Amino acid sequence: MKQQLIKARNLHKYYAVKSGYLQPAQSLKALAGASFDLYEGKTLAVVGESGCGKSTLARLLTMIEEPTSGQLSIDNIDVAETTEKSIKKQLRQTVQMVFQDPFGSLNPRQKIGNIIQEPLIINTNFSANERHQQVLEMMELVGLRNEHFQRYPHMFSGGQRQRIAIARALILKPKVVILDEPVSALDVSIQAQVINLLIELQQELGLAYVFISHDLSVVRHISDQVMVMYLGKPVEQGPNKAVFNNPQHPYTQALLSATPQADVEGKRQRIKLTGELPSPIDPPSGCAFNPRCQYADKNCQLHEPVMELYGDSRVSCLAVAQQRIGQLKAS
Amino acid sequence: MALLEIANLTVEFATATGSLRAVDGINLSVDEGEILAIVGESGSGKSVAMLALMGLLPWTAKVSADSMLFDGQDLLSMDDRQRRKIIGKDISMIFQEPMTSLNPCFTVGYQITEVLCQHFGGSRRSYNNRAIELLHQVGIPAAETRLNAYPHQLSGGMCQRVMIAMMIACQPKLLIADEPTTALDVTIQAQILELLIELQQSHGMALILITHDMAVVAETAEHVVVLYAGQQVEQRSVKELFKSPQHPYSEALLNALPERAQEKLLNAIPGVVPGQMDRPKGCLFNPRCSYAQEMCRQQPPELRDGILCHYPLAMPNPSMRKDPDLDVRTQ
Repeated sequence: MKQQLIKARNLHKYYAVKSGYLQPAQSLKALAGASFDLYEGKTLAVVGESGCGKSTLARLLTMIEEPTSGQLSIDNIDVAETTEKSIKKQLRQTVQMVFQDPFGSLNPRQKIGNIIQEPLIINTNFSANERHQQVLEMMELVGLRNEHFQRYPHMFSGGQRQRIAIARALILKPKVVILDEPVSALDVSIQAQVINLLIELQQELGLAYVFISHDLSVVRHISDQVMVMYLGKPVEQGPNKAVFNNPQHPYTQALLSATPQADVEGKRQRIKLTGELPSPIDPPSGCAFNPRCQYADKNCQLHEPVMELYGDSRVSCLAVAQQRIGQLKAS
Repeated sequence: MALLEIANLTVEFATATGSLRAVDGINLSVDEGEILAIVGESGSGKSVAMLALMGLLPWTAKVSADSMLFDGQDLLSMDDRQRRKIIGKDISMIFQEPMTSLNPCFTVGYQITEVLCQHFGGSRRSYNNRAIELLHQVGIPAAETRLNAYPHQLSGGMCQRVMIAMMIACQPKLLIADEPTTALDVTIQAQILELLIELQQSHGMALILITHDMAVVAETAEHVVVLYAGQQVEQRSVKELFKSPQHPYSEALLNALPERAQEKLLNAIPGVVPGQMDRPKGCLFNPRCSYAQEMCRQQPPELRDGILCHYPLAMPNPSMRKDPDLDVRTQ
């Protein structure tokens, strides 16, 4: 039995937004009800447009912020209930993060070696020699050479920098790594190198990944479970094969059809999504997706759908519940 | 006769450490109403080549070409005043980051009408109706009120639409789109690409699409030029390139896509694009090429049939291949 590393139930995160002096603060529902389990050695992909709450979820999982409501357990310890500092510190080491932009996430004034060993200085009591040794081992693991220890970030290309960021995240031997769009800033050939590295590290170290991305072709390749989010809510959640081969929610279908494919033969029919993501401060009534949905009717404007199991995946859609949707042809 | 003909375009930058050749002998030809894609990794010179065409490079750049003909006029020999009459009117360019390429200090309406005043004279106010019409054309709702909006009040997709409206204001014959969708979400990317193709078809405009996304190329363009380290390595129709790429680099680029992966690990291209200091001897791609021979390491290849390679893959005519022993490779 694989060990359960993250258990999230109904996570909510609201931010207070001031719209002006004397006016009451409004609440921005950045995340409204995310539930999932993450097991050792598995990858959960979180997919959605910008503003759908992917990064908020990452902030909650890394304990940078506390959820407004909902339950979050990391490594079978409930985060909200633990007050002991040492346990919290332990949990923070369990979950580490790799950021999107390798040009912004590394301090330009620090040498690579120092960047990678900083988590060790803060969190452990190793001597300088031990730290140095560990850093060198980690650098080798991610494909950096020994002589890179004394260099500065500007001397590296995007792919190499992302390797440095991965080394920094792994130096504390975490069990879960949150990858926030780790390859979207990279070129295709370099992207493949970094994805391969991530897959190899996962197999070697049994890491669990939360892979946040909007590139569906990468997600399809790397993930075990997929969670599609729209305006802070998961709309479809299930195993990779079920979501990609048989997308049920209209938003998932639209996302899949909007993704360009490197295939010159046979043009696919594209579902046109009009408009853009509505404001999370004032979301549409009923189903949040209804203004952009081709299957929407009156019910969708009045009632909020709930997550229910259809086939292999869980979908939150009234049209699916009432079987008003034709199946999208598997592309 | 082709609308745009560029022969042997070379751009050199004078840097503190000697001259850097960013673009090295590129030949392009674009017909009226054609879509040409330029593909390459960052640092391959795709943007610099187009900026050279637009005359937007700083004075440190030395641009030379055998010919640079647009609509029968030589852009290189013409004086700046004359050139400015063409640039922005007959040739216009959309830049990568919509948020940073619009001026934050002026309203959207001001920036659109400014183009029209510059090229056709008259007062800005007289073009207000034309600006509204343009915004409608690019699919911005409530165009009348948006004229007075500042760029920060619009989303990324909307800003890109405004950029497109500005650039098609003078009904250009050639539109250059430099990674128009890289900063945008997939659903918005699909909308913008569709808009560009729609405009290209209705106006009979030629479109040069600069991108690093092979999937975008497959879905939009007819012809494609593949650049590597400033050199043009392959130039063919999109269908042919995707079916049987002839340069090892094009093949490697296609194989690196997650869609084409046969197994869990992707076929990454090892190494990175060479910089100014570490240019290899012989063919520039040889250190990363899985087919490289002794000849590739010694002599730079020459351009034949639009392919820059000593040993192109799967040549239709075997007699063209220099070394008959190499047949084994393509099987």
